[in-house]
Order: sequence, then structure tokens, then C-alpha cells
Amino acid sequence: METELLDLSLNELQNKLQNSEISPVELVEASISRYQNFDKEINSFVSFNSKESLQKAREVDVSRENGPLAGIPLALKDNLCRAGYATTCGSNILEGHRPPYTATAVKAIEEAGAIIVGNANMDEFAMGSSTETSAYGLTRNPWDTERVPGGSSGGSAAAVAAGIVPAALGSDTGGSIRQPAAFSGVVGFKPTYGRVSRYGLIAFASSLDQIGPITRTVEDAALLTEIISGHDPADSTSLDQPVPEYHGNINPKPENLTVGIPAEYFGEGVDEEVETIVRQAASDLKAEGAELVDVSLSTTEQAISAYYVIATAEASSNLARFDGVRYGPRAQEFEDMIDMYSQTRAEGFGAEVKRRIMLGTFVLSSGYYEAYYGKAQKVRTLIKRDFENAFEKCDLILTPTTPTAAFKLGSRVDDPVQMYMNDVLTAPTNLAGLPAITLPVDANSDGLPVAAQLIGPSLSEQMLFDIAYLLQELSPWEPCSAPLKE
Amino acid sequence: MKNEIVIGLEVHVQLKTKSKLFCGCSTEFGADPNANTCPVCMGWPGTLPVLNRRAVEFGMLAALSLNCEINQDIKFDRKNYFYPDLPKAYQISQYDMPLAEEGQVEVELDGEKAVVGIERLHLEEDAGKLVHSTAGAESYVDYNRTSVPLAEIVTKPDITSPEQAEVFLRSLKQRMEYLEVSDCNMEEGSLRCDANLSVRTPEGELGTKTEVKNMNSFKGVRKALAYEAQRQKKVLSSGGEVVQETRLWDESEQITREMRSKEEAHDYRYFPEPDLVPVKIDSKWQSEVKQCLPEMPEEKYERFQAEYDLSDEATQTLTASRPLADFFERALTGDVSPRSVSNLIIADLKREMNERDWTINDVNITPENLAALARMFEEDVISSNVCSELIAELVESGGDPEAIVEERDLKQISDAGELEAIIDEVINENPDAVEDIRSGADQAIGFLIGQVMQKTQGQADPGQARKMLQERV
Ligand SMILES: [Zn+2]
Repeated sequence: METELLDLSLNELQNKLQNSEISPVELVEASISRYQNFDKEINSFVSFNSKESLQKAREVDVSRENGPLAGIPLALKDNLCRAGYATTCGSNILEGHRPPYTATAVKAIEEAGAIIVGNANMDEFAMGSSTETSAYGLTRNPWDTERVPGGSSGGSAAAVAAGIVPAALGSDTGGSIRQPAAFSGVVGFKPTYGRVSRYGLIAFASSLDQIGPITRTVEDAALLTEIISGHDPADSTSLDQPVPEYHGNINPKPENLTVGIPAEYFGEGVDEEVETIVRQAASDLKAEGAELVDVSLSTTEQAISAYYVIATAEASSNLARFDGVRYGPRAQEFEDMIDMYSQTRAEGFGAEVKRRIMLGTFVLSSGYYEAYYGKAQKVRTLIKRDFENAFEKCDLILTPTTPTAAFKLGSRVDDPVQMYMNDVLTAPTNLAGLPAITLPVDANSDGLPVAAQLIGPSLSEQMLFDIAYLLQELSPWEPCSAPLKE
Repeated sequence: MKNEIVIGLEVHVQLKTKSKLFCGCSTEFGADPNANTCPVCMGWPGTLPVLNRRAVEFGMLAALSLNCEINQDIKFDRKNYFYPDLPKAYQISQYDMPLAEEGQVEVELDGEKAVVGIERLHLEEDAGKLVHSTAGAESYVDYNRTSVPLAEIVTKPDITSPEQAEVFLRSLKQRMEYLEVSDCNMEEGSLRCDANLSVRTPEGELGTKTEVKNMNSFKGVRKALAYEAQRQKKVLSSGGEVVQETRLWDESEQITREMRSKEEAHDYRYFPEPDLVPVKIDSKWQSEVKQCLPEMPEEKYERFQAEYDLSDEATQTLTASRPLADFFERALTGDVSPRSVSNLIIADLKREMNERDWTINDVNITPENLAALARMFEEDVISSNVCSELIAELVESGGDPEAIVEERDLKQISDAGELEAIIDEVINENPDAVEDIRSGADQAIGFLIGQVMQKTQGQADPGQARKMLQERV
């Protein structure tokens, strides 16, 4: 019963709730039970509010007017602010930090009736690709608990994969939704930059960050995206464009569709099995009438360097405010003001965050700015142009989401550059501000999910949902929870 | 001749928009500590700035009044440094695409005119304030001022004396007050000024400059710069070298002190603020703002000269501040003459204001009241004494002067019949004075007029009294 419930899509859950086939209490109880049975092992949550969620489930009215998510349990990545609830970014420096306000996207899902059961684990300040850098312990991949779930939204992806919640919100700066979704066998969507308000998302790199959904199905991703999208006067970078009803309008039309296949995303460094599986997905689309064309994204190689310069530069500035003066713990012992800053930050931040702050500080320093930050911005412009040129030849681009399937815990933590290569297929879309969706299409020989990524032009959300839905139907992978043993 | 002293100023002008530069909090001065704050200006994690377009418009007005070119494309940048009064640990400012550039202001000192170039004007947010406890080692932070909009105005190194620096600042203040975009109160910190100063070496080369900070009044600026110029000259003439450094003006000791050397200078790591989008100032917006540009001091001066028959000095005084000039013009109702209104303002009203250390905005007398007084005085209804006293009274407590004159029976006695009996009385009571006048001591007539005024509680027309006394004696 329990597994069955949590394998249903948001839409199916909503129908059953309204037909009184199930109650919100049963649903939240199922979620709590999955959490209690599995989360000791996978550690996908940093906080889980069983009692309060049950209370809300008892009170909720699931009639349609109360929103498309009324009575449905969801999880938030631990960097999305909710008034009064600890939001820590997986960091000691925000231990116990309770924001005085709620993020716009969080408000949207609350208004849609969702019951937020807790905050999902993440790499500290979203800096990582394995959810191994959280101050609250690492998260394990539900498909193979000796492997990482990906990151930085690894807790969100693992919680959905483990069937603890049907969906969660994450954030994507260089692949932080798509890479863990791919590793964990779930769907992840990064909207067009500005489609979803960033107000209340604790920033990693402001010009790249975007909130998006992690779900088990493409339809659910469309529904959640529809709910959290829209112009927000509190975010000057949010787009003032109407939000279509993505979910209700899913209509896959492979005829007249041209799919671009960029050679740079299939070459060296990409696992052979991954390549075969993703190329098969392309063939599946072709069989339905789509045309496949070769496109070139020649800046892909420089993209990862540009990404790490820009992201760390912005992060060094965004994270400077964590000084122990206004919130978060302050060092107990210090000599003077400067020492208070140093000690607080030395104690509060983990190694990866420190590494990136130092890198970002360096690339902005006088004398180095042009050589690093200035050059990276120029590369960013070239990357955008690269995509624009490609989209003159095709409607969307199909690539693997990650070079490999989930890797073993601890296998890359000591090699930052190797770890950074995880973002190589996802970060260019952030630099270009484009929307991209990932969905599992098959399993590799180890039984691990392998995902395909669809990248579209700015604001092509609907087309991405349409074609991803088609691929979901065509591919051998069936949306499901990971087979965790109790 | 080459200038002996070269000065450039960096002036921060607090713009008095109702709300802050990047959030909706009030900018009101003097609220309880941290009352005017919200998650945005407190820099809470996850919050984002939203530009106050009104502040951009105030900045545009300020720039136009300094004859600057407004840039069509502007953007904001982050200036990164750590300090507890800076909640985000960066200040949102403008680095390489400021609001305006290339302006100039004419200044006049001792009858000599000079032009001070304006390098740029940009917008940025203010920081909070540290409050140090008197007892312990604690410091507290008041974030009310955080994110209040500032216009930073940087002059070219065109200023050639400390006195000229002061004149420039006063002219800047006058302009901002005319625009009603800032109070420019140096004591309250709504105008802050830093200076770069260098002097010519004995060889005639321009020397190394120092930066002078912490000058808290117009006079302070003049004195600090005069001190610093002397200090540098002394260093050079004794064969030493001026060190590039930042120095603080010590008001109590009247000296500048070393604060930090160039080596310790910050690297602010400016980069474009990714939370804000670049702003386009199209010609439509610019012309809308231009239309709000009021008559500026020079223009008002010219017009007053042309329209009203006043002395240069009176025109200067009246146009020194826009509220005073407005008060004057609002008092020109009916057929009252500009000259008598001007006289009452300059002689009486300004005296009352000075005594109380008030501005024109603090007085309780209205322009209409003043017009009524001027008219009564012109028509010889009241004496100049009564007029002065009524101005003093109305400045304090307000009221209808015509009603008061009626009620208290303060009308001037200029009717010869009414005065005759009093004049007789005064002559009879003061035979000595009468004798003095007869023997040629004319000043004694003043004494007798005084006696007449006393007996009439100041209501006698002194001219009429003099005339009658002269006839009788
Ligand atoms: Zn505020």
C-alpha cells in the first residue's frame, strides 16, 4: 500500500485525494513511515517534521480550490527559506538559522496546498556534486547505498528516489538539480534563468542559480514548474512573462521536430555505456519521426573553466555576509573584530566552501580580474552564441546529463578537479540561462539509472516537457522508487 | 600661474527619498535603532535588492543641476569589504557605468569666478552605524541608515584653495536644497566630504596627494584642507617627501592624523551586481525628469534682478535658499511692493530666525501674514516698531496680523489732531530738551520723539511726530 501510494504521480495522488480513495493523513503517514525505515541509511533529510506534518494533514481540505498540491507531502532543499524553520544550507555557519521570511517559490507551493515535511540534505552551500560536503553528514544513493546520490540537491533527489516524498524542490547552479536527479533515477528540471523567482533561495552564484523541481515523472515536473514560475517584483532578474499551463498542455509531437546532437557532449570522458543508452534515446525519437542533426557546441571545453571562475567569484561575495554578526553561530573566542570574523568563518565553513571562496576572491582581485573574471564573462557570451547558432539548426539538444552513472562514495572527494568534471555537461546551460530537463532512460549493467538531458532555447519549457514526456513513454525506464530494503 | 594647491573632492549626498535604495523601508532620520529595517536591508540570506527608481530620478536631478551628462546605460556593482555596519559585506555601488559624468559648476570667491569640473556622479547605498557602549567593550549596530540612497559626487582636481572648496560645497548644498533631493546637513551626516590634496614641490612639480577624511562641517573642510596644505608644504620645504596615505581631521586638535597608508588600502574586488539588471535611461525618462528640474539659484537670481526692484545684496540673500525665495514670492500679493516685503524679510524675519536658529520652514508666520504687515506698513496703518514686534510675535505663535492690529488697537497715530495733545504734553514736560533744540542741539529732537512714541505705545507715526515737534519748537 505504502510503496504503491508513493509511486503515484502528483496528478494521480490529487485525484485519489479528491475521490477520498486516500486521505492526506494516510499519505503523510506513508511518507513518515518511509522516512523512518530508510532515512537512517540514506540520510536524505536534515530536518523532518513528522508531528507537524500530520497535524497539517488532519486539517487540510483537499478540495480542488485549495490548490493542485493540497494534502501532498513535499520536501525542500535546505537552502530555500521558510519563515520560522531552520534553513542551514548544509552548513555549520547557519546552524539553527531560522529565516524571518519565506521564499517566493516556497510560498507558491504552500499556497498550492503542499505539506512541507522537511528540508533535504545538500552539499554545503550547494557546492558539490555528491552531497558529501554537508555539515550534517553525507547522503547515500537509494539505488546503491555505496554510491553518491549526486549533488548538490542530492537530498532532494534521494528523498524522491526513495519514495519518501513524491517530489521536492532543488536548486541548480551548474547542474545541481539535473546531476543528482540523473544519479538517482528521477526527473529534474532547471527552468530558464528568471522563470522562477530566486527570492528566498540562499545564493551560491546569483547569475546562475535557479530553483526547479525534482520529481518521478515529467508530468509532475511540469506541474511543479507551473506552480513555482512567474514574475516576482522582489527579484529584479525574474522574467515578466506569462506562465503557460505546462502540465495540462503536454502534447508530444515528434513530427517536424529536429533534435540536435552535439559531438562535444558524447566524446572523451563520457562513459561508453552512458553514450550508448543516450544515443538509443535519440534513435527512439527518430523512430517516432524526429530528425536528428549534428550540431556543434565548440565552447563546451572552456565552459567548465568559465563556470568555476564566475560561480566562485559570485560565491565569494555572496558568502561574505556569514560573519556571525547578525545570525548563525559566532566563534566563542576571538581577539578583536577581524579575529571574530576569521574564527567564525574558519569554524563555520567546510573545506570545499573555503576552497571556492578563496578561488573566487582571487579571480576578482585587482590585477587578476581581467585575466580571469573578465575572460570568463567573454567565454560566457561565446557560449550563449554557440547555443543560439545551434538552435538555428534544431529545436532542442539531446545529450547525456552526466558523463557517468553514480560513482562510489569517497571516490572523488580528494580530487576537486575530477569532481568538477561532473558539471561539464550541465554547467553550459546555466551560463547560457537556458532551460534543461533530465530524465532516466535506462539502467546500466550495474542496474544504475542513466539519464538523458534535453536543452531548449530560452522559455521553451513546454516543448521540453512535451518531448521529455515522449521519451519517458518510449524509453525502457519506468518511473518508480528505488528498491530499498528495510 | 600654476596653482600652488590642487584639491579634488568626493562628496556623499544622502538623497531624501521616502524609502531606501533597494527595499521599502523608511529613510526617516532619528527612528529607534533598527526600527527602519527589513530582511532585505539587513542582508538576510536569500534576499534580493530591488532598485528604487525614485532614487535614480533624484540622482538624475542632482546630476543635471551640476551640468552632468546622464548616461543612457547604467549598472550597479558590488564593492566588497568586511565591516559590521555593512550587512551583506558588500556595498551596492556603481563602478564603471555611473549614472552621470562630465559636469561643471561655476563658483565665485572674492569676486573671482572659477569652474570646478565634475568627474562623475553615481548612486550607492549607505552603511549602518556602530554604537559603542560606554561601559564595556561591546559595540552595537544600528542598521536604520543601511541602504539609504547616496549620490557620490567626485570633482576633478580643479579646486585651488581650501576657501574655494568650502564655496563649492556651499554651492552644492544650495543646489541640492533647491532640488529638494537632500538636506545636505553635514552635522547630521546627510552630506559627507572627503578630499584629495596635493601641493606643488619647490621644483614646481605637482606633489604626492593625501586623502583627508572626517571633516564634519563646512568650516571643518576649510580648516582641515588649510592645515593639510601647510603640513605638506612644511614637509617639502624641509626636504622631506609627502607619503600617499589617508589622514583623518581631528576637530579638537585641529590637525590631520595618519589613518592608513597606501599599502593597507582595500582591494574592493568590484564586479557587476548579478542581482540587479542594467538600467536603461532613455530620452523619454530623461526628459520627464528634466521637466521636474526647478529654477536653479543662478536663474532665480537673474529673474529676481529683472522682475523686482531690489538691491544685489537683497536678491542674493533672498535667492540663497529656495524656501526663502518662495516665501518672498508668495508674500507678493496684492499691490504690496517687492522692496518692502524684501525689507521685512531681510531686516526682521531673518533676525528672528537667526535668534532662534530656525530656517524659514520653522517659522509660524505665513507669507500672507507678512504681505498683510507690509501692506499696513506701506499704508501707514502701523508703525515700523509695531510691524517688527508683530513679526517677532507671529514667527513664534502665528496669527492674523490684521485682526491683532484691530483688536489691540495698534494702528499708527499720524493724524495731527490726535497727536497734538501728546506733543503739547511732551513739550511741557521736557523744557530742558526744548531749550537744547532751540540752541541748536538737534539730537534732542530724537529724545522728544522717543517720549511721544512711549506715550503712544509706539503707535505714533515718528515722521509726523518729528514734523510737528519741529514746527512747535
Ligand atoms: Zn529594508
